[in-house]
Amino acid sequence: MADEAATEAVPALREQAVDALARLQSELGDAIVEHGAAFGDVVVRVRRDAWRRSAQVCKEQLGCDYLSFIGGIDWMPTPAVAEEGSGDTSTPAQPKEQTYGTAGSDGRYQLLALVESTRRKSWRVILKTDLPDGDLHAESWVSVYPGADWHEREAWEMYGFVFDGHPSLRHLYLPSEFEGHPLRKDYPLLAREVKPWPGLVDVEPMPGAATDGDGDAEGAGETE
Amino acid sequence: MTTTDLPPPGELPEIAVDPAAFRHLADAQVNVELDTGDMVLNIGPQHPATHGTLRLVVRLDGERVVSADPIIGYMHRGYEKLTEFRTYPQITTLINRIDWLSSFANEVPFIDAAEHLMAIEAPPRAQYLRTILTELSRIATFVLFLGEMGLQVGAITPAFYGFRDREYVLNLIEAVTGGRFHPNFNRIGGIKDDLPWGWISECRGVMNKVLASCDEFDDLVVGNPIFQKRTRSIGIIPQELGAAYGVSGSNLRASGVDWDLRRDGPKYLVYDELDWQVWTHPDGDSFARYWVRLQETRESARMVLQMLDQMPSGPLMAKVPRIIKVPAGEVFVNTENPLGEMGYYVISKGATGPFRTKIRSASFSNVSILPWLLRGVYVPDIVTILASLYFILGDIDR
Repeated sequence: MADEAATEAVPALREQAVDALARLQSELGDAIVEHGAAFGDVVVRVRRDAWRRSAQVCKEQLGCDYLSFIGGIDWMPTPAVAEEGSGDTSTPAQPKEQTYGTAGSDGRYQLLALVESTRRKSWRVILKTDLPDGDLHAESWVSVYPGADWHEREAWEMYGFVFDGHPSLRHLYLPSEFEGHPLRKDYPLLAREVKPWPGLVDVEPMPGAATDGDGDAEGAGETE
Repeated sequence: MTTTDLPPPGELPEIAVDPAAFRHLADAQVNVELDTGDMVLNIGPQHPATHGTLRLVVRLDGERVVSADPIIGYMHRGYEKLTEFRTYPQITTLINRIDWLSSFANEVPFIDAAEHLMAIEAPPRAQYLRTILTELSRIATFVLFLGEMGLQVGAITPAFYGFRDREYVLNLIEAVTGGRFHPNFNRIGGIKDDLPWGWISECRGVMNKVLASCDEFDDLVVGNPIFQKRTRSIGIIPQELGAAYGVSGSNLRASGVDWDLRRDGPKYLVYDELDWQVWTHPDGDSFARYWVRLQETRESARMVLQMLDQMPSGPLMAKVPRIIKVPAGEVFVNTENPLGEMGYYVISKGATGPFRTKIRSASFSNVSILPWLLRGVYVPDIVTILASLYFILGDIDR
């Protein structure tokens, strides 16, 4: 991955992010699978076996001493809650095909993390790594950033990701007998299963209204 | 239980504790021998110092804490899942309730994220109103803290002062937005309404009252020898460790880290047009956290006064389509909220609602340092440390 090609492919990176990306590339080399831009920030997708090493590089070489968060992403398309034509508009309709976001993905599950520096302005890196279906293991970051402890427990209970080397993966938010991984896309929103969307009863055409807006833009008065 | 390679505060034996294993032993063990066993003490879920339902399982050796394990989740409302079932304008209603003391400040980063993705910029007057309301909610949050912290060390009076001043500020917020706690006033592309008549002079008066009562807190609490004895050198957070735990906001600045997203993050709102400074304290103890918040309250009041003087006129809303569909993309926006760094990682797939929202809330990371911070402290100091970290349960549990 040549440097000039990299900066051309990601024009939306802010100055600090270009710098951070170049230093990550020289430190991690081919462990970086892909990179992209998210409104000025650099998104770096690393190989799974380099997950912990990339955290170490970020902390020690790049000076990102601050752990913002670790989370997960499930790229499976959102299953439709309402049948088509039922009038249930309670849930935004998401695309039905599986697409991936910035810096791509190989499969359904991804780990997402963000580290920042408290000493340099706007100096932050977004890291991603793919977890193959059926082997949702990743190295724990606890030995690099002790604050990863709770974030990894959360990702473990919400997505079922297993963090090797984590001192005690146990439930954080949910009761210890809880089964299932609520933030996976195939886990239904139970409130909707128990009781249909209460807004449904209100859905009837307004008199004389062809377009049904939310009225938010009234103040501007220039919408169409 | 916690990471073992951290420097322990004081010389304490390392005991691995799994709270599930001794839940049935919650009744205090009385050892007949002189060598008493550790006692397990449950603090909470309902306790005045926990601002909600936080439970602490504390293992004590006499009066000292051997290990502490915060148990959270009593208020988990699943907002990250719910955002996948709501449209963007609906989500502001949800995120108002994350940190309910400064609801308006919660809305700003999310609305900002949606605006980034839609390539909309709110007009200058809307930006000013947002900044004013954000700073007002910061003042409302902090004056409550300034009073309540006194309460935790046994001083009743400051609590009343704190609630009194908070009421002034909440009245201002209510006059603009119609809601005391949950304004829900931000719109994608701007802000709902303009200021009511006479509000600006009213606000000036309240800011001067806040500045005056900050001097009162200075005399009454900061200068009080009992308060100093109870808070100085208690609950020290080292800089590097605090940052690695993700502790942010005033808690980190009280450890000497000169880092404020209003100044050091990517530009948001109008902070770069104001003349203000970031306050830090080198000590990192409970006292430093109180002192930093006191200075920041003053600074916020001064910022509001400045903004009232230089507020531009103009429209309040940018041109926004009637049905809000956000183009596909990913963005992370974080802002300096009263409690620390609040951020939203929004993944959009071009629908009317986000595909995934990762909510980074400040208190979650601020509290995650507790197992380390509470080791070795005395029981009465648990309360002052909890109070000085200043967390909101809705902000931990989301």
